[in-house]
Amino acid sequence: MELTAKLVNLQKHYDLGTVVVKALRGVSLDIPSGDFLAIMGSSGSGKSTMLNLLGGLDRPTSGEYYLRGQNVALLSDDELSAIRNGLIGFIFQSFNLVAQYSVLENIAVPLLYRPGYPPVSSEDEDRCNEMAKMVGLGDRTDHRPYQLSGGQQQRVAIARALINDPAIIMADEPTGNLDSKTGEEILGMLTMLNQEGRTIIMVTHEDEVAEKAKNQIFMRDGLIAGTGIFKG
Amino acid sequence: MYHLFRTIRLAVKSLLLHKLRSGLTMLGIVFGVFSVIAMLAIGEGASKQAQEQVLLLGANNIIVVSKKPPEDSGSSGSGGSVLRYGLTHEDFLILDRTVPRLEGIVPVREVVLNVRNRDHEMNSRIVGCTTEYQEMNHLELSMGRFLSEQDLVNLTNVVVIASETAESLFPLENPLNKSVQIGNRAYRVIGVTKERTASAAIGGSLSGQDYNKDIYMPLDTFQSRINTKNIIVKRGQGAFSAVSVVYDQITLKIDHPKIVDEPEIIIATAEMVRETMDAKHAVARDVDVIVPLELLKQAEQLRNIFNVVLGSIAGISLLVGGIGIMNIMLATVTERTREIGVRRALGARRIDITQQFLIETIVLSGIGGLVGMGLGLTTPAAFEAIKYVVTNYILESGGATSEMTNMFLTMTPQIAIWSLPVAFGFSVLTGLVFGVYPARSAARLDPIEALRHE
Ligand SMILES: Nc1ncnc2c1ncn2[C@@H]1O[C@H](COP(=O)(O)OP(=O)(O)O)[C@@H](O)[C@H]1O
Ligand SMILES: [Mg+2]
Repeated sequence: MELTAKLVNLQKHYDLGTVVVKALRGVSLDIPSGDFLAIMGSSGSGKSTMLNLLGGLDRPTSGEYYLRGQNVALLSDDELSAIRNGLIGFIFQSFNLVAQYSVLENIAVPLLYRPGYPPVSSEDEDRCNEMAKMVGLGDRTDHRPYQLSGGQQQRVAIARALINDPAIIMADEPTGNLDSKTGEEILGMLTMLNQEGRTIIMVTHEDEVAEKAKNQIFMRDGLIAGTGIFKG
Repeated sequence: MYHLFRTIRLAVKSLLLHKLRSGLTMLGIVFGVFSVIAMLAIGEGASKQAQEQVLLLGANNIIVVSKKPPEDSGSSGSGGSVLRYGLTHEDFLILDRTVPRLEGIVPVREVVLNVRNRDHEMNSRIVGCTTEYQEMNHLELSMGRFLSEQDLVNLTNVVVIASETAESLFPLENPLNKSVQIGNRAYRVIGVTKERTASAAIGGSLSGQDYNKDIYMPLDTFQSRINTKNIIVKRGQGAFSAVSVVYDQITLKIDHPKIVDEPEIIIATAEMVRETMDAKHAVARDVDVIVPLELLKQAEQLRNIFNVVLGSIAGISLLVGGIGIMNIMLATVTERTREIGVRRALGARRIDITQQFLIETIVLSGIGGLVGMGLGLTTPAAFEAIKYVVTNYILESGGATSEMTNMFLTMTPQIAIWSLPVAFGFSVLTGLVFGVYPARSAARLDPIEALRHE
């Protein structure tokens, strides 16, 4: 089975001067391609830290991380940026849309940072429109984020994450700021994207959310405390 | 091209996030650019005015003037005695004989006297001159003719009067062939000159000439009818004093068509004239040699100094504008830390973040520059408004005005076309220079820290 990610004794420490916070204290994990993994655990257990490392936003203090067989430690800052741009799509708890941009412009942000900076073509623009339609916002492409509900904003974020057709989607508590019905819709979308063949890695502390994933791991104090298929 | 347009449009959107703040920040640049253009326009206008006035004296001319000798030079006498000084007929003959390439030589005698036409009267400058005077002083006629050789030879009692003289003395009638009375003699008007811009006053030795209140008459008519015995009695400071001067001025015109390329010839000739005059007048110090071309050079130097000084002052306001921009962009970066984190997560490299904020700063200062350019173009109109206010509310009507005030009132700012792109370029450069630090501090942010920023 092909591996999307392989973690070997991964550690992440935050040196705060007076104390050193050990957010991850040695995590080893294989994530196969096409997985839908839920990272669970209570607040402060190291879930986000782990997702950030997986997403190439941060570098581990020690241990190794192979992303599709590549040792991330050997990659430059710009190479990591390129990976985040093309291989990974990010979805955040608080949506994180660019406030001054319209729906369409938000969806197009990852297009601005493609390697080699190809100009945004009219096909690209068509694709942004399609993407907006796909997440059910085809009639709201000109709206600004503040004119949208939380659920709608998160849909825009999903469309944005998908615009460069990434193989991996990383979502940090994507339903955390949504009511349960809207949350379910978002989860439905992630499930669909997983069925298309994309690898989904999602952080959540809610059982009802985690049970939609194929696999779950439980974090406690910077370590994986348990793994396994959720017993629904 | 389209790519650039998109980049600018997105930058504008970000700037519109805080319209008022961006607008106020921009004002710094707007006024910076405006003042650069305005200052240079005023400098240019002043120097053009000076140049024009000097050129009216004639770039090919060398002007020799009589001046009242300083009190201590011994030849002065006051309270009744006759003061003799200045250019003599002998000087005229020497100059006429010795100066090479002489195209024309005009001796001039002048005096201000009361002139009348029945009950209309005024004080007018009576100029005794030859026919060449017209060409040398760029006088154009609105009617009639100028003095002719015939008039000079025959000592006819004719005059040519200037535009304002004509208006004052003949408000309702055509002055041609009417007569004006000077002293107890009448002179027939044979021509009227058009209005002419005044020429520059030159450092005490040549006073600014109005020309519009003049009366021109044949030199020999002047010498025999008005200046009998070369003595003119003037009332000065209570006592009568008499002065005796043969010529007030002798203007030499040098034949030299390539004046701009080879000014040395005029300068060298002028040097020669100076030496000739010094030989006779060095002791009395009663003659000055004025070379408009030299004055022109001085005027050009003055302009350069003006431009540097005014440009520096304006540059400082651009600098202040730049600091304002930097301040605001630093605040913007702090405020938009989260956005920076998001962009990094979506694949932006550090250089992309630097570029984005740099472009925003440049767009901000560039728009400010454009607005400033627009404002700068209104400089002449604004200057007119200021002149209006000054003449109507500050200067007392009819009161005497100083040389400075006159210069100000007759000056029109000249927008130097080159100053527009230069000022705009400087505004963009200001954005670039003062945008680098905020943009780089934005790019240096750690993506995770930025994303965690509230
Ligand atoms: N940038 C940071 N600097 C210092 N401490 C951090 C930082 N990020 C996370 N931590 C600490 O690491 C631990 C794990 O945090 P996190 O991964 O965010 O937990 P979770 O997402 O599971 O709530 C917490 O104790 C948190 O305070
Ligand atoms: Mg978290």
